Amino acid sequence: MAENDLSRISQCAVIGGSAGSLKVLLPMLAALDARLAFPVVIVLHRKNDVSTLEQLLKERCPLPVKEAEDKEDLRCGTVYLAPAGYHLLIENDRSLSLDASEKVLWSRPSIDVTFQSAAEAFGPGLLAVLLSGANSDGASGLEYIRYHGGRIIIQDPRNAEMSAMPLAALARLQPDLLLPDYAIASAINHFLAH
Amino acid sequence: MTLSVTDEEMALLLYDIQDIYGYDFNDYAKASLKRRINRLFVLDRFPSFAEFRFRLKNDAGYFDRFIEQITVNVTEMFRDPAFYLALRNEVLPQLATYPFIRIWHAGCSTGEEVYSMAILLREANLLHKSILYATDINAHVVQQAASGVFPMQHMKQYSENYILSGGRHDFSSYYTAGNNKVLFDVSFKKHMVFSTHNLAAESSFNEFQLIVCRNVLIYFDKDLQARVFDLFDTSLERLGFLALGSKESLRLSPANAKFRPVSEQKIWRKMI
Ligand SMILES: C[S@@+](CC[C@H](N)C(=O)[O-])C[C@H]1O[C@@H](n2cnc3c(N)ncnc32)[C@H](O)[C@@H]1O
Repeated sequence: MAENDLSRISQCAVIGGSAGSLKVLLPMLAALDARLAFPVVIVLHRKNDVSTLEQLLKERCPLPVKEAEDKEDLRCGTVYLAPAGYHLLIENDRSLSLDASEKVLWSRPSIDVTFQSAAEAFGPGLLAVLLSGANSDGASGLEYIRYHGGRIIIQDPRNAEMSAMPLAALARLQPDLLLPDYAIASAINHFLAH
Repeated sequence: MTLSVTDEEMALLLYDIQDIYGYDFNDYAKASLKRRINRLFVLDRFPSFAEFRFRLKNDAGYFDRFIEQITVNVTEMFRDPAFYLALRNEVLPQLATYPFIRIWHAGCSTGEEVYSMAILLREANLLHKSILYATDINAHVVQQAASGVFPMQHMKQYSENYILSGGRHDFSSYYTAGNNKVLFDVSFKKHMVFSTHNLAAESSFNEFQLIVCRNVLIYFDKDLQARVFDLFDTSLERLGFLALGSKESLRLSPANAKFRPVSEQKIWRKMI
């Protein structure tokens, strides 16, 4: 696709979460605007169970929710879920690729891997959200997002069930917004890239 | 944040590699290829991109390392046991009707998949009339696959996979254990042919009743995937089977029209 193609998707939201993030995510997705004009890509650490999570999210979210498939094109207003056991990457042409290479920080899918590829694909058009978790995944991905001009929201560690993941990221950078769980959906709904 | 190779730099590298070594990586899925290249760049501690590029251009031995490191070789025996169960139940009974069975494992990595297939064939009493062709772009893994030697540490998990795949024998009866390694029954090897083969560049070399290409195509872009499906189409007999990885599909490619899905487990049959 050409650089100046007007139909090319210019914005995207990526959300990374680990332990304690599911109960933040469910009400958050329920509160998303049904007319959201960009895709939302979610990477969660979890056990090898795909369908139940997809089902849970589907029931609550006003937007279509689906497991990300290899080489599918991103669509505005759709929520994509990284499948268990695969890294999920966003290509410059706005399609998705799966990758079963080594785990990164003991995780596959890795939040860092998705964040980094999204940073490069969307630059300032990217909004990243890092939620509760008990490890340090996502921190290095957020650095790439900062470098490429994307917007960063971190769940307030005082409000997170597991504060380690937000704290690890905060040790590396200051987010644009530090928010409690209930305020995140509205920030996503109002995201307009500069 | 670690320094990384840019899109433009990657394009230069891929151009050099094609020019000097004749390997074409241009149609690999860019984001994951770039990750692999960055990983190697960091792993080998190059002070600058220029030095990385110079080394690759001028040191053929280093290019071998590049191939070894850039490809994703993660594999296991009876990976996705439900897939092997489907092979046992849906595919092998059909293959049994042929006088000779030719199977191609494209992207076989270190061979775990090939040995899993050989075990299935032996248990279905078909191995004696089968030949398994196992190929990969990475010469190093092909060599390992051909040795029939595997690390001991994974056998417990493989044995569990084997049972989930419908295996009823004692998995450990298929190998002899040495220190930290196991050697699989050497009689399997008589039915296996190992060779390097590049799916992105080389053509068909035989006609098969079953082609297994699992967890390889996700590393390719859509165009290269379509080309490889055409290659598989020409390499399959009519009514032959094509088996892909659990996240791969024929659905988006033009070759799809000639195939019919036969199982949830990503197995298709060529109808015309
Ligand atoms: C993840 S492994 C899959 C191993 C096994 N099929 C499985 O599913 O467990 C992918 C393999 O594809 C090989 N490969 C990558 N590009 C290739 C190409 N152009 N031609 C042939 N093999 C290739 C890699 O070297 C690697 O060994």
